[in-house]
Amino acid sequence: MNRYPFWKYLIIVVSVLLGLLYTLPNFFGESPAVQISPLRSAAKVDTVLLQRVEDALKKANLAASGMFLEAGGIKARFADTDTQLKAKDTLQAALGGNYVVALNLLPNSPQWLTSIGALPMYLGLDLRGGVHFMLQVDMKGALAKAMDRHGADIRSSLREQKIPYAGLDREGSQIIVKFRDAESRAKGEAEIGKAYGDLNLREQDVSGEFHLTATLKEEAQKRIQDSAVQQNITTLRNRVNELGVAEPIIQQAGADRVVVQLPGVQDTAKAKDILGRTATLEVRMVDEERDVETALRGQIPFGSELHTERGGGPILVKKQVVLTGDRINDAQAGFDSNNQPAVHLNLDNNGSRIFKQLTRDNVGKRMAILLIEKNLVEVVTAPVIREEIGGGRVQISGRMTTEEARDVALLLRAGALAAPMDIIEERTVGPSLGADNISRGFNSTLYGFLAVAIFMSIYYMMFGCISVVALGVNLLLLIGLLSILQATLTLPGMAAIALTLGMAIDANVLINERIRDELRNGISPQAAISAGFERAFDTILDSNITTLISGIALFAFGSGPVKGFAVVLCLGILTSMFSAVMVSRGMVNLMYGSRRKLEKVPIGQVWKPVSEKR
Amino acid sequence: MEFFRIKRDIPFMSWGKYTTAISLATFILSVFFLVSKGLNLGVDFTGGTVMEVGYSQTADLNRVRDVVAKLGMGDASVQNFGTSRDVLIRLPAKPEISSARLSETVMAALQQDDKTVEMRRVEFVGPQVGEELVENGALALLVVSFGIVAYLAMRFEWKFGVAGIIANLHDVVIILGFFAFFQWEFSLTVLAAILAILGYSVNESVVVFDRIRENFRKMRKATVAQTIDNAITRTMSRTIITHGSTQMVVVSMLLFGGEALHYFALALTIGILFGIYSSVLVASPLLILLGVSREDIVKPEKKKEETEALP
Repeated sequence: MNRYPFWKYLIIVVSVLLGLLYTLPNFFGESPAVQISPLRSAAKVDTVLLQRVEDALKKANLAASGMFLEAGGIKARFADTDTQLKAKDTLQAALGGNYVVALNLLPNSPQWLTSIGALPMYLGLDLRGGVHFMLQVDMKGALAKAMDRHGADIRSSLREQKIPYAGLDREGSQIIVKFRDAESRAKGEAEIGKAYGDLNLREQDVSGEFHLTATLKEEAQKRIQDSAVQQNITTLRNRVNELGVAEPIIQQAGADRVVVQLPGVQDTAKAKDILGRTATLEVRMVDEERDVETALRGQIPFGSELHTERGGGPILVKKQVVLTGDRINDAQAGFDSNNQPAVHLNLDNNGSRIFKQLTRDNVGKRMAILLIEKNLVEVVTAPVIREEIGGGRVQISGRMTTEEARDVALLLRAGALAAPMDIIEERTVGPSLGADNISRGFNSTLYGFLAVAIFMSIYYMMFGCISVVALGVNLLLLIGLLSILQATLTLPGMAAIALTLGMAIDANVLINERIRDELRNGISPQAAISAGFERAFDTILDSNITTLISGIALFAFGSGPVKGFAVVLCLGILTSMFSAVMVSRGMVNLMYGSRRKLEKVPIGQVWKPVSEKR
Repeated sequence: MEFFRIKRDIPFMSWGKYTTAISLATFILSVFFLVSKGLNLGVDFTGGTVMEVGYSQTADLNRVRDVVAKLGMGDASVQNFGTSRDVLIRLPAKPEISSARLSETVMAALQQDDKTVEMRRVEFVGPQVGEELVENGALALLVVSFGIVAYLAMRFEWKFGVAGIIANLHDVVIILGFFAFFQWEFSLTVLAAILAILGYSVNESVVVFDRIRENFRKMRKATVAQTIDNAITRTMSRTIITHGSTQMVVVSMLLFGGEALHYFALALTIGILFGIYSSVLVASPLLILLGVSREDIVKPEKKKEETEALP
């Protein structure tokens, strides 16, 4: 009655072996490494690059303990962090700006383990250190930007079609076009309706003026918002790449949020600065016809805005945007002819054409280059146009420092954000705390396990030892499963490992108590074992399902650290069911099942009441 | 070795009046503290910034306070965290200062004051995220409660479901009462602990209910109260040992888990202790109160099963 068919033993053996195999990489630890990945699509990752890396390291007398060529880049492993840091600097100097050289950690596990997908558990930021940001995309800003674009387009098409209009304003998320008479409004409406399918048009007569109000259609709004989030993610990715972070995570969370995780980043201020910045560049004309003095007194002329020039005084700038940062192909920090820090821009074809026309038409006038961050607009420079500028090469030199020039170049190169973003959540964990957290979580689990193991083997003797082995198998399978799934392990996750161990023993206690109960009732040892396991199973199932319900709810509604806890809890329940019921039964069957005459079950003393009162 | 040598069934149900009184008293006290003192909600829920910094020597809290106050943040709280070298600075959410930059400003000022200071952790939660976390937490609690009631109702009978969840929500309120009384910080991880406890201590009720169901089939002459007494007595040993084992692990967490897991482990401890109490002495009297009877479990047509279940 206490025998398992061969296939059941096979399942147990195979799962334990798999658990061992996939848990193995966690024991090897990690060593410092440098990761080289291409920044631009032009830069290739191939054996030539590998050779260059090897040569550069050899020249600097730095020995790599391992070098791997992968699809996404090259990884080189080093013996200590000192060599790693030196190697990073050496390689960045040798490879130039086309490659990102980032610090990373590589598992030390042997190649054959890695090739079968056996990797160490993926540690969360609270264990390895790093920054977690949640950014909220300002959807109103995205729509306003889209409406600005539409406004400029409508203006030029009305002009092209020679339809007279008195003015065009954006108010919030709607554009109001003013006409002098109903006839031109009808013409304008037909033209705008034909050219811009995204807009809903509404006629309105306000105090003798003929207005046409344009709003974005619902589906267009949705499309713009979606693409704003997408573009922001792309931009963030570009920026993070420039920062040189290994294994960054940038993903959408919900409709209008983006999560950015940068493991191992130490300089959080810099990361925050680069990510949060919404710098866009705009080229506009300076309004020279109107007086700055009157504007300063509060009478800002229609169609213009008052801004401050960097290191200079107030300046009147026209609202109409001639060129935006979208047209920039490349931006590099450098110096101008006077040896002042400058940013060199390279415009795309369209941008070059616009810029050429602008400079040709406005020789002798001043144009303004504006850097817009959040709601802060700053005129970086407002030079007088001396001659037509072709070829799309533009140089901005305001009064900036080398550092500022480099940041501006980076931001412009990485692309603009389609909509402003706010950091609404930040969690930064320093590397020392991460290491502390690992040892805390590990110690909690270790000592908790030991305490339970000692108690169980004393209280239930041999059956207690079997329970402890089953608990060990549970731990093994849980860690193996977490490694296979590469689920993020956080500190609450480690707490959940400890907790599931404490809870998993419940199943074995239930079984052992049942067996004692049956023995107390005077049933033969073999029958008692069998009945104990079978009767306990229902209870085990019930109680585990209730815990699983809370685990799943935690996963569904939890965020960040709680999610990490929930994942481990749920997996732990599943592995504990298997190990407590099947593995311990298997062991009991193997040890006692074949004995025909089992006199006594080694489950500790079974006390019987002298006179049973029923 | 065997701890529990109980000769006859302990008449738990006859103590129903006292246990109900005790439960009611602790429950009302908990609610009172929850209302009068309120929970000391962590930054996860209120929004704001928390910084943990480490010094190489014992930190001078007054100096840190001065530095922070000089930045115009006199309402910040500065205290030791775990060891005397670690300092926790709490900065309330301020709409006028860009909160994302707040921590940098403070860190820069601290570094100017003492070069050895090291940033260990920064958590900033925007007010709107905090609100969402509160909402999600409440929603999770609700879903867990309903899920458990539904499962128990399906597996046993609705009376068991209701009794089980009332007993365990009673635990949750008591844990919350403790956190309110001592003004321990209530964070996301504590919430996770509470939800885990909710699932875990329902286990306890399930085990007892399981026995009750079995006893209803076996002990046909006994009264409902006797049946329940027997079920509780016979599962007693398992209850104590299981919870003891879990508590051992939790104690290990309290000792070695550091400050980060401290309140998590504390919530679990209270939950485990009251979990034993409530599933034995709250859930079962509730069953009787709800009028559970043998007929709820043993359907007349299932004669065959009954005889089989006899020992």
